[in-house]
Amino acid sequence: MSDSTSATPGLRDRLTQAINQGARRVPTWVLYIVGAVPPIWLFIAGLTGGLGVDPVKAMEHQMGEWALWLLIAGLCITPLRRFARINLLRFRRAIGLLAFFYIVGHLLVWLVLDVQILSQIWRDILKRPYITIGMAAFVLLIPLAVTSNNFSIRQMGARWRQLHKLVYLAAVLGAVHFVMLVKGFQYEPLIYLGVVLALLALRLPILSRRR
Amino acid sequence: MSRIWKSQFKDHHVTDEALYLNRRQWMAGAAGLGLGAIAGPALAAPEGLEPNSYEDITNYNNYYEFGTGKSDPAKYAHTLTTSPWTVTIDGLVDKPGDYQLEDILAKAQIEERIYRLRCVEAWSMVIPWNGFTLASLLERAGVQSGAKYVAFETAARPEEMPGLRYPVLDWPYREGLRLDEAMHPLTLMATGLYGKDLPNQNGAPIRLVVPWKYGFKSIKSITRITLQEDQPFTSWKDANHREYGFYSNVNPTVDHPRWSQATERVIGAGLFGSRRETDMYNGYGEEVASLYDGMDLQKNY
Ligand code: HEM
Repeated sequence: MSDSTSATPGLRDRLTQAINQGARRVPTWVLYIVGAVPPIWLFIAGLTGGLGVDPVKAMEHQMGEWALWLLIAGLCITPLRRFARINLLRFRRAIGLLAFFYIVGHLLVWLVLDVQILSQIWRDILKRPYITIGMAAFVLLIPLAVTSNNFSIRQMGARWRQLHKLVYLAAVLGAVHFVMLVKGFQYEPLIYLGVVLALLALRLPILSRRR
Repeated sequence: MSRIWKSQFKDHHVTDEALYLNRRQWMAGAAGLGLGAIAGPALAAPEGLEPNSYEDITNYNNYYEFGTGKSDPAKYAHTLTTSPWTVTIDGLVDKPGDYQLEDILAKAQIEERIYRLRCVEAWSMVIPWNGFTLASLLERAGVQSGAKYVAFETAARPEEMPGLRYPVLDWPYREGLRLDEAMHPLTLMATGLYGKDLPNQNGAPIRLVVPWKYGFKSIKSITRITLQEDQPFTSWKDANHREYGFYSNVNPTVDHPRWSQATERVIGAGLFGSRRETDMYNGYGEEVASLYDGMDLQKNY
């Protein structure tokens, strides 16, 4: 913990430094390119029979799961910086926007390939709590995606940071959505919810004041 | 009543399965296949009911004893020992006891039944089963007059079923039918599909098939059948009685609380396949609707 105060840097510090230096060399646009590959691959696999017997559900589930990973990755940035001094802040926007695009993809699979029927779509959004909650998470993320640019940050000032705290709620709702949709008692979605809640807990004043 | 299992296939369906379906005629009556004798004439489907491929049927399964993913059973169910296999028949029967599967099969009239399977998760596929009526088995055991229900139990072997480590349901998996449902001629004990022995992921070596009910009623790998007076414990109802009722008849007008039952995704239709409208009693209403005369189906879901 106090490695950083000693004269010769410890292994942990050198590692942190290496990560930070390496990260600085990666342009952020690389993330958008890399992030576009999995959904495209998924779609092609679905078309060519690579996703098994039920490609629609496979795509729907995979996009949902990846979106949740990305939301979680986005929530890791601040704790990593605060507790491990790993600085990946410049990738946060790309990760957040990718999460949003993946959720749009997840939603599109549901709309276009799965449910298809307009009247049933509306009924499901209103009547099915897990869909309502997923939808709420998506709607909360729209203003965040729209304001994920330098211009908005300059324009909005302190309000920008306030607004972007909505991602906490959206991530919780996304994980709750997963908990609600499985049948029987299953651990996997609860683990995701636990991870999201733990990452939010790290932001509580008691914990974040540690340093 | 023969509407359900009479009629023919379109001959443009040129796959291995189609070959099998054509060869059925001469296979009918041939002994072997480890299925006992296939009785002819082979029974077919109502018009337009085209079976899914063997591939579809054996790679998309809900069998939580082997994991909750749809492809888990295909991956892990090979560990299940299906021979020797004993089915205990007990309760209100004249001849209770442990019935060896070979003995059951030796006297069984194996038929082919092509049924649509409608899952409670709002998807469906069409499966050419081989099996015999549950009624014929129950008659052999001798149902006593006090019996009103039939309870079924799936094998629960932690050393062979990795899914039992997780408390997804209260193991062993249990299901039940009212006696008249059990005795209905559509109610099948399946021991094969596509003329082959039942693959483990589909519930080998012997499973129930009740085509007018959601798939989870059609319990797999049965080790016990109990005739009793009271309505049996059923696993999904126990897990969530608001979502899964004892009857669980396919009914497009009664939604599952978490999803609509009005339509179903057709497995095997590909990425751009469309949904089909779900039929009351999964299309078997002509045969079974009278079983539920006077019952409130909104309450008895
Ligand atoms: C923050 C937003 C969201 C997140 C993080 C999210 C995440 C997930 C996850 C992790 C799954 C399960 C994947 C699996 O089983 O492996 C899932 C399934 C699903 N999601 Fe979402 N989701 C979100 C929004 C939505 C929205 C807006 C809709 C539609 C209106 C939706 C509809 C569905 C459906 C229909 C399923 C599949 C349910 C089934 O098994 O049939 N989700 N989602």
